[in-house]
Amino acid sequence: MAQKYNNRFVRWLDERFPIFTAAHHQMYEYPMPVNLNYWWSFGSLAGITLVVMIFSGIFLAMQYQANVEQAFDSVERITRDVNYGWLVRNIHQTGSSMFFAIVYIHIFRGFYYGSYKRPREITWITGVVIFLVMMATAFMGYVLVWGQQSFWAATVITNLFSAFPLVGESITTWLWGGYAVDNPTLNRFYALHYLLPFIIFALVATHLIALHTTRSNNPLGIDMKGPQDVIPFHPYYTVKDLVGVGVFASIFAALVFFAPDLLTEPDNFIPADPLVTPAHIVPEWYFLPYYAILRAVPDLWLVSAKLAGVIAMFGATMIWLFVPWLDRSPVRSARFRPVYRVFFWLLVFACVVLGFCGARPPEGIYLIISRIATAWYFAHFLIFLPLIGLIEKPRALPQSIIDPVLPRSDHFAREPDVLHARRRAVGAGVLLIVTGLTAAAFAPTPARAESTVSVDIPVLEHKLWTFKGPFGSFDQAQLRRGLQVYNEACAACHSLRHVAYRNLSALGVGFGPEDIVAFAAEYQVEDGPGEDGKMYMRPARPGDYFAPPYPNKEAARVANKGMYPPDLSLMTRAREDGANFLYEFLIGYEDPPPGFQKTPGMYFNRTAPGQQTGMMPALADDYVDYDDGTRATVEQMAQDVTAFFAWAADPHMETRKELGLKVVIFLVLLTFMLIALKLEVWAPVHQRIHADQGSGVPKGTGSEAQNTS
Amino acid sequence: MDTRYMADLGPADEGWGRRQFLFISTTLTAFAGLNFFIWPFISSMNPAADVEALASTEVDLSAIEPGQSITAVWRGKPIFVHHRTPEEIEAARRDDDVPMPEPEPDEDRVQKPEWLVLVGICLHLGCVPRGQRTTDPKGDFGGWFCPCHGSHFDTSGRVRSGPAAQNLAVPEYTFISDDRIKIG
Repeated sequence: MAQKYNNRFVRWLDERFPIFTAAHHQMYEYPMPVNLNYWWSFGSLAGITLVVMIFSGIFLAMQYQANVEQAFDSVERITRDVNYGWLVRNIHQTGSSMFFAIVYIHIFRGFYYGSYKRPREITWITGVVIFLVMMATAFMGYVLVWGQQSFWAATVITNLFSAFPLVGESITTWLWGGYAVDNPTLNRFYALHYLLPFIIFALVATHLIALHTTRSNNPLGIDMKGPQDVIPFHPYYTVKDLVGVGVFASIFAALVFFAPDLLTEPDNFIPADPLVTPAHIVPEWYFLPYYAILRAVPDLWLVSAKLAGVIAMFGATMIWLFVPWLDRSPVRSARFRPVYRVFFWLLVFACVVLGFCGARPPEGIYLIISRIATAWYFAHFLIFLPLIGLIEKPRALPQSIIDPVLPRSDHFAREPDVLHARRRAVGAGVLLIVTGLTAAAFAPTPARAESTVSVDIPVLEHKLWTFKGPFGSFDQAQLRRGLQVYNEACAACHSLRHVAYRNLSALGVGFGPEDIVAFAAEYQVEDGPGEDGKMYMRPARPGDYFAPPYPNKEAARVANKGMYPPDLSLMTRAREDGANFLYEFLIGYEDPPPGFQKTPGMYFNRTAPGQQTGMMPALADDYVDYDDGTRATVEQMAQDVTAFFAWAADPHMETRKELGLKVVIFLVLLTFMLIALKLEVWAPVHQRIHADQGSGVPKGTGSEAQNTS
Repeated sequence: MDTRYMADLGPADEGWGRRQFLFISTTLTAFAGLNFFIWPFISSMNPAADVEALASTEVDLSAIEPGQSITAVWRGKPIFVHHRTPEEIEAARRDDDVPMPEPEPDEDRVQKPEWLVLVGICLHLGCVPRGQRTTDPKGDFGGWFCPCHGSHFDTSGRVRSGPAAQNLAVPEYTFISDDRIKIG
């Protein structure tokens, strides 16, 4: 039934390709329950995040190099040299975390309100499939960065397949395209990371087709019983979803601009090294529960712990596919299921506990807790869910969405005020606990002293870094002093390969274009081949990167007792609480306590892991002679050079924060406008509901409290 | 199921002005925000800082004999550096007043008459003209000849016949010494 359109072109097109009719049908005619709460916003938020991820990903793909020699550097180039590359990358990286947060909430909303139940099984199953593909996509994207965590994540995850008997080895070799994670692996991951989001997009279409066939569930879990329960999608839920978008975008922006490293591992700022596994390999937070399950499972009968762990990990998501049939209760919403509601929150708790344990080493109490939580997780689905359906006595269901007042049920009479308040209090409490546990999971693991003698580490006197905090900026004079310290004390062994001489213009006075040309010209860099076909050395130019002290890693090792002095461009981001660590490290040299067993050739340093380091003390009082008259104490130099490295690791920090402030203010303002618009649009609906409920006359057309149609 | 909706919920009359105001202002703000959101992505496709930093190339002229050319690379483009013979200079100057698509006196195209520096790209459709090597065809005017669509360039790099409407461009360059130039 084509709509009558006044515009002739619209009419012409619509008669041949009914896009306007379809849009009208899905927007203005699509019936929605009147009572959806904000938990229902997370579906559209997930869709929007998917679009943002694809969009930002395409622009990153234009700059990224999928080659093991270049991948890490190309990512650094994006964040340093590409116009707004830091922003595009932060959006994509933080976006992956936001995407998972949203999808997890979306899934657990489905669990709470029974959205997986008849007749919405296909909507649920397509959703689970989307989630599976999403996990694969996120994993491969994480590998592309080609840092240490990337590489070892790729190694560990692909090795999971080796657990399968007989074919396991062949599968991993096939996945790698070689005998270890290497260039072919990176290339195929890149190809798939580009492809899979579009597959997700198509799967989302199936998810929506199924959804629009069965219509949305709602917080009461009962069907729409008549016109009083129904409003069109547009404008009511478009505007309500947009409020969610506004809030989400504000939080997203705050993270992108002010805490881009919050959800990532410092180790990933170290380039992939196939010969050295980091001390702790930890997945991104959104995989932590799965990681905990993987490591929790012991040998089971004839199945090795390795295989059992892999099966349990994959099974943890696969089991969701069967939830529509495992749950025997005909009542959807947990609001009417007093027992299930408790078990729902216990499941949430088990998942948070698993996430917490996933970030810890699988030893001692953490392993025991992981095992209990894993057992609980599977018991929830395989035992509790079917049993609760059989033994639970659900509360009486309302007759109609809009008029959930039933005789002799003060539960619903109190619903709007008392119960609502109580539920919110409980919700806030749970949220607080979850946040607290998550924060605890991310808290740095206390370093275990590996030496035989424990040394009292003095309470760190936290320096007042000028660059910390949302409004912090670099002190240019300090950066200049730091550069001097780097040059005179560090540069003989440590490279700074991501910083170019031209970047020094950020150091202000004394670093104008001519000064930088002169500064660079004092260094020699390799160029060529020249006309004689040979490489030659020439004075550096502003466009060159800081000349390395050694031509290659091997030369660096040979000159340093076999230890490679790491590149310092990213040092403050490659360590937990990097600036403080670096500072404490530089001033951490002292005489070893009596009885400390020092390896020959090493130096005692109270801050170093294991309290010894191969780096000799580089700083001594008055080692450098500051131009600005500052006294060059060890502490002063350590602080200056640390600030310099903080700048080197994050040269766009000031722009990021300045722009971020504007963006967040804008988005908060926009959110308030959207809230005002939403309240305005919804005002007639609210009036209508209050009028109906105030009259006390049931408006429902359905006479039975049956929740399935 | 019943597809009728909650009784007509059309905008209440008294609220219409305020609602319209909210709708329009919010929409405008959101679209402004969307534009700001898209800009960084568009901008990311422009030359990056490291590309801009390679904006200059130095060429050593000492090894180029009169009549010979070398091709340097500047910003990924071929740069023709040609050491002109006195005859070529003479030919270029003689033709200064001859009608041509883009008349330009030879002395405006060189800093030192014996050194001709050109961006080696035909401004018709971007091919690289032949004529750099001694064995290359140099066209009817003794300079360069574009193989794609047959434009002929003279010893000053000016287009003399063919589809190109502009002369071969002269890049910005400076002599940093007698036998060394810096392009860009």
